[in-house]
Amino acid sequence: MGKPLLEIRDLKVNFDVYGGTLKVLNGVNLRMNEGEKVGLVGETGCGKTTMAKSILKILPVPPGRITGGEVVFRGSDILKMGDSEINKIHAREISMIFQDPTAALNPVFTIGLQLREAIKYSNLHSGLSKKEIKALAVQALKDVSLPDPERILENYPIQLSGGMRQRICIAMALATQSSLLIADEPTTSLDVTIQDQVLRLLGTLVKEKDTSTILITHSLGIVREWTERVYVMYAGAIVETADTAELFKNPLHPYTRGLMMAVPKLTGQGIASGIAGRIPSYLRPPTGCRFNTRCPEVMKECRMEKPPYFDCGDNHQAACYLYKD
Amino acid sequence: MASTILKADNLKKHFHTSRGIVRAADGVSFAIHKRETLGLVGESGSGKSTVAYTIIGIYPATSGDLVFKDQDITMESNKRPKSLKQHIQIVFQDPGSSLNPRRSIRQIMELPLLVHNIVPKNEREDKIVDLLRMVELPADYMYKHPLAIGGGERQMVAIARALATNPSFIILDEPTSALDVSVQAKIINLLMELQNELDLTYLFITHDLSLMRNMATRVAIMYLGKICEIASTREFFSNPLHPYTKMLLSSIPVVSVEEEKLKPEKIISTGEIPSPVNVPPGCGFHQRCPERMEICSRLDPLTVTPEPDHQVRCHLYPGASGE
Repeated sequence: MGKPLLEIRDLKVNFDVYGGTLKVLNGVNLRMNEGEKVGLVGETGCGKTTMAKSILKILPVPPGRITGGEVVFRGSDILKMGDSEINKIHAREISMIFQDPTAALNPVFTIGLQLREAIKYSNLHSGLSKKEIKALAVQALKDVSLPDPERILENYPIQLSGGMRQRICIAMALATQSSLLIADEPTTSLDVTIQDQVLRLLGTLVKEKDTSTILITHSLGIVREWTERVYVMYAGAIVETADTAELFKNPLHPYTRGLMMAVPKLTGQGIASGIAGRIPSYLRPPTGCRFNTRCPEVMKECRMEKPPYFDCGDNHQAACYLYKD
Repeated sequence: MASTILKADNLKKHFHTSRGIVRAADGVSFAIHKRETLGLVGESGSGKSTVAYTIIGIYPATSGDLVFKDQDITMESNKRPKSLKQHIQIVFQDPGSSLNPRRSIRQIMELPLLVHNIVPKNEREDKIVDLLRMVELPADYMYKHPLAIGGGERQMVAIARALATNPSFIILDEPTSALDVSVQAKIINLLMELQNELDLTYLFITHDLSLMRNMATRVAIMYLGKICEIASTREFFSNPLHPYTKMLLSSIPVVSVEEEKLKPEKIISTGEIPSPVNVPPGCGFHQRCPERMEICSRLDPLTVTPEPDHQVRCHLYPGASGE
């Protein structure tokens, strides 16, 4: 067990839009230790990316507005930091891999320029000569198993395939020697064989460099194969958390269960009916548990108050009144 | 076995571009039987959508045969008789762009009814309500616009529109890949129910093999414009033969130990699909293949049938080298 690295406490984020306020994050809690590989899983619109952006303090404000909570990184609250402190964090503490590598890379600059820039601004390497920076860039590309790195440095993003672009984003994120990596659906736009390669590579690299990782995804399969601890998110809150093996052996929250049943299996017993209804509107979210509009086991108290986390043993918590005792 | 509804024989679709000829579909042969679901699986750039678009007539075939219910359909859509077009429908991947955002759902659904004169004018509204009911949407949805409803519901509307002409054959081009799993489950179940009720035949295009395991009656794997393996679903998943199929299966992230056991021994996936402009000589897969032999880079293998109802294009199996 490493030292605590990041702790999110009751984070609340609203978006002010035409027609009202979207209450997106409704008290998110997450804690991770150094060296841990954490998975954050949830469906479209559950607030995964909003949360990631809040950790990095790159949430556009306005329309976004953080209304409560703290994001404690190595003992200090990121949300209270000024620009210069945040810049330091960005440069050498936390880096992020985005879902779409095409949008994350600037199309009018070469890979080399963008990669060298990232290395230059990670303070660790300040005072490096141009030559040394280039050598580091070449090494970063070698690390992600890209062939012919010298040539790729001269290329523009458009000259490379999607899988290669994503590897470059990974190279860029890891070249800065960050201690925390947030990977936001890094393989969603890739094919399954390429996804396998990229995830395996990412796994080896974070292990080598001892980087802590938050992997954000909607795929339960990826979470199961890649992470050590899972947070399941629904409509702006974490509804269940457990160690990965435990969660898949013993899913407790009705949402987690529904999600697991809906995944098509290779064993081929057919597909369960999925979860009725859809994610509630953030303009007028239901009171109490936000899953109460779709939950097959809804009870009276679910409509009254947001459920706290109930301890279900084995470091397993579920925010559901079913587990009150 | 039921009668064949669609048969492709050595179907080719080449595109001439400034960078050379793109061999998107390069000798594809398969048959689809009535009331079955053929799953066509492949990575992006494998040519699976090209096959679909050639069948629906978005572009004409370059060469080869394509026969639908004893009629030749190698020509493009505007040269086909209207009665034929009525029988082949398609549901696209992204319902956000396949439904016109400026039309109400009623207008969207009315068009096929009008073009093919399915029902008299005074019954059109009832028919639309019927169709919406078939996809489990309330009748008042016809007054809404696509932007006002969720992604899953939009895809339901697209399915209802495809059903409007009473088709016998529907191409489903990754209909759920833009949707969440909980929504996907609902749509897949609905599609299977509709197939039973209306005697439909599906060509289901996807890159998700786990989904195919639960939906398809037969599965075909496409790579670089060619089909490399085709078999009945049970046979396909219990006894995959082509190295590419094995690589695909071992790459799937799964959620249970039982599934883990079904995956073939871990094959480390390497490389990427080559550009269809620059097709490598010999077998298209040889650069990535863990079992490549000397012959693979020279000679394109023939399709052989090592097991009943199981065809594979690979030199590992006797006869594929043409001897």
